[in-house]
Amino acid sequence: MPPTADVPTPDGLGAPVGLRTKDLLSIGDLSPEEIYLILDTAEAMKEVGTRSIKKVPALRGRTVVNLFFEASTRTRTSFEVAQKRLSADTINIAASGSSVVKGETLADTVRNLEAMAPDVIVVRHQSAGAGHLVARLCRARVINAGDGMHEHPTQALLDALTIRERKGTIKGLKVSIIGDLLHSRVLRSNVLLLRALGADVSVCGPATMMLPDMARLGVRATTSIDEAVEGADVVMLLRIQLERMRGYFFPSLREYFQLFGMTAERLKRAKPDAIIMHPGPMNRGVEIASDVADGPCSVILEQVANGVAVRMAVLYLLADEPQG
Amino acid sequence: MVDDTRIMLTGGHVVDPVNDVNGPADVLIAGGRVAAVGRDLPIEPGTTVIEVPRHGVVCPGFIDMHVHLREPGDEHKETVATGVAAAVAGGFTAVACMPNTTPVNDHAGVTRLIQEKAAEAGLARVYPVGAATKGRDGAQLAEIGELHAAGCVAISDDGRPIANALLMRRALEYASMFDMPVIDHCEDRSLAGEGVAHEGYHAATLGLRGLPAAAEEIIVERDVALSGLTGSPVHLAHLSSRGAIRAVRDGKARGVRVSCEVTPHHLILTDDRLAGYDTNYKMNPPLREAADLDTLLDGVRDGTIDCIATDHAPHHYDEKHAEFDRAPFGVIGLETAVSVCLDRLVHPGHVTLVRLVELMSTNPASILSVPGGTLGVGVPADITVLAPELAVTVDSSAFKSLARNTPFDGWGFRGGVTATIVGGRVVYTNAAAEGAEAFTNAM
Repeated sequence: MPPTADVPTPDGLGAPVGLRTKDLLSIGDLSPEEIYLILDTAEAMKEVGTRSIKKVPALRGRTVVNLFFEASTRTRTSFEVAQKRLSADTINIAASGSSVVKGETLADTVRNLEAMAPDVIVVRHQSAGAGHLVARLCRARVINAGDGMHEHPTQALLDALTIRERKGTIKGLKVSIIGDLLHSRVLRSNVLLLRALGADVSVCGPATMMLPDMARLGVRATTSIDEAVEGADVVMLLRIQLERMRGYFFPSLREYFQLFGMTAERLKRAKPDAIIMHPGPMNRGVEIASDVADGPCSVILEQVANGVAVRMAVLYLLADEPQG
Repeated sequence: MVDDTRIMLTGGHVVDPVNDVNGPADVLIAGGRVAAVGRDLPIEPGTTVIEVPRHGVVCPGFIDMHVHLREPGDEHKETVATGVAAAVAGGFTAVACMPNTTPVNDHAGVTRLIQEKAAEAGLARVYPVGAATKGRDGAQLAEIGELHAAGCVAISDDGRPIANALLMRRALEYASMFDMPVIDHCEDRSLAGEGVAHEGYHAATLGLRGLPAAAEEIIVERDVALSGLTGSPVHLAHLSSRGAIRAVRDGKARGVRVSCEVTPHHLILTDDRLAGYDTNYKMNPPLREAADLDTLLDGVRDGTIDCIATDHAPHHYDEKHAEFDRAPFGVIGLETAVSVCLDRLVHPGHVTLVRLVELMSTNPASILSVPGGTLGVGVPADITVLAPELAVTVDSSAFKSLARNTPFDGWGFRGGVTATIVGGRVVYTNAAAEGAEAFTNAM
């Protein structure tokens, strides 16, 4: 375990060591030291969730808006739980329930929210870079909760926390990420984070779903799942969106599972203590067999639990200092 | 009434590739036409003498053969009047405007409306480009004969390719009866899909859907083949990829009647600019990679590329101020093209001033078969006066265009425009340029 002596206290008493960035839009906004700071803070935050009264006053009086333009259960709930545990005032705006359906632009929606002086806006949107647009328009700190195919930084942070808890470190681990690489924001954030912390990253998926120039990101790419899994410490599966068949990406779910589905048999090539991760929601029998998802190697529910702690840490580190 | 106004431009450096002029010379304008070009021309009484400022370069008027004036239909983006004001402020004496208006310029009524608006504005000449297919739907030829009779100088479905190869063939054959080139927007839409940025490392890491260079190359190869098949001239708009330039070069070597243009922004910007999701770097074709840019520069130098055209694509601030994948494609260019080209092409030595004049005046005039492109005696006196040493800082808020969607706001360039003369009439002078008063006084 890394040293924990400098972990800021979540009770909001000590001054936290902040992040240099105003917003968290990309893992690229963070230095390795800042990533460790978030993970260390998240570990301290986990303790709050074990108390009988799961609440600290760290963000009392701060207003946090969850602005979700895309359906989300896990991420939105996770952010909301994190905000409530930090005593922030939380407002949820779902696109379907907002003026967006009346044709309001994103810029106008954000300007109107900004006029109500929120401290933090958590935004999920179908378009890559939507968080950048929001951040340019407001003084509030912006946390990207998923922007199109671009990034999902808090997912990568909670994945890192989960890996570090299980493995003690991230540096030098062999991590294989398998699935729909092209459309995955989870992949992009994870590659940046894992490379920044020195993991050995392989990616694997159908040739139709590869990203160009993966070598430039310091990542090995293969279309052979056996090669990808070989000797892995961590196997991370990405969701296959069922509608992708229409873009000619693969012929059938059946063939996808045959070629790229994670089965107990395939997992034998990984290290004996390998862990299995999935950002959810899972398609059982497509990218992952049920016995693997529910098996002893799976840390999928730990990821969910860690999501709350990581989001508490990010909110705390970003929002403790009022903006503007 | 005979226009007997006589204007003498003295002391300038005249560049006229057609007549092999490249040196100090006077230009005499009489009755709106070039009357003489030469050293120490005699000045008759009654002649207005304009002293061209030091370093000033006198060229045949620049012609932007690819602009969008948005009228009729999208007057909130640009009008013919504001578009031609932007043109002359950018040193262009003529523009060819694409037919993707609402309604589409696929019949003489729209063509005439554009011409009337241009005549009212009385600044740059406006040459309408007619639609190749009815409604730009790619299904049936537009009435190309009528468009020609009304004054269209070319046909195109710009903004869209002519996707059907047989229809493209027929368009080439049919338009050749009227000596009109077909201008194609080269993009295989089935391959380009929902792309919004050049398919490569930057789009991939930014999560932007890719527009592969191959989508352009495929149609360029096809169009070169069809031009070869029909013997009809084809002009390929705003090429951006190295494969496209290679295909044009090969076609020209085989004697195919293919010409092409490139935009200033594709000559100096690459896809690494996308990092902040600034939609003023979103255009179609997209900004590509350094290797593409290098090939475009080669093409400009070696003659593979015939013209520089801006693809001036005005959009309203609200439309561009949106999510990257939802914002419309396109940037404006009329008021920055000359500065970009002088600073980034001429001053670094990629091209000479003579070559620049070919790219921006002589060749577009020749491809479209319109007057100009030379300062030969008797041609309409359309003249661009350049200030190659002028320090320019782009300020989009001062643009004559209604639109502000330029990637160059705040950029500094060495080189600009001193004055623009159309038909012997000074229609624009740049107050920031040294010695421009001489032109202002003649207005």
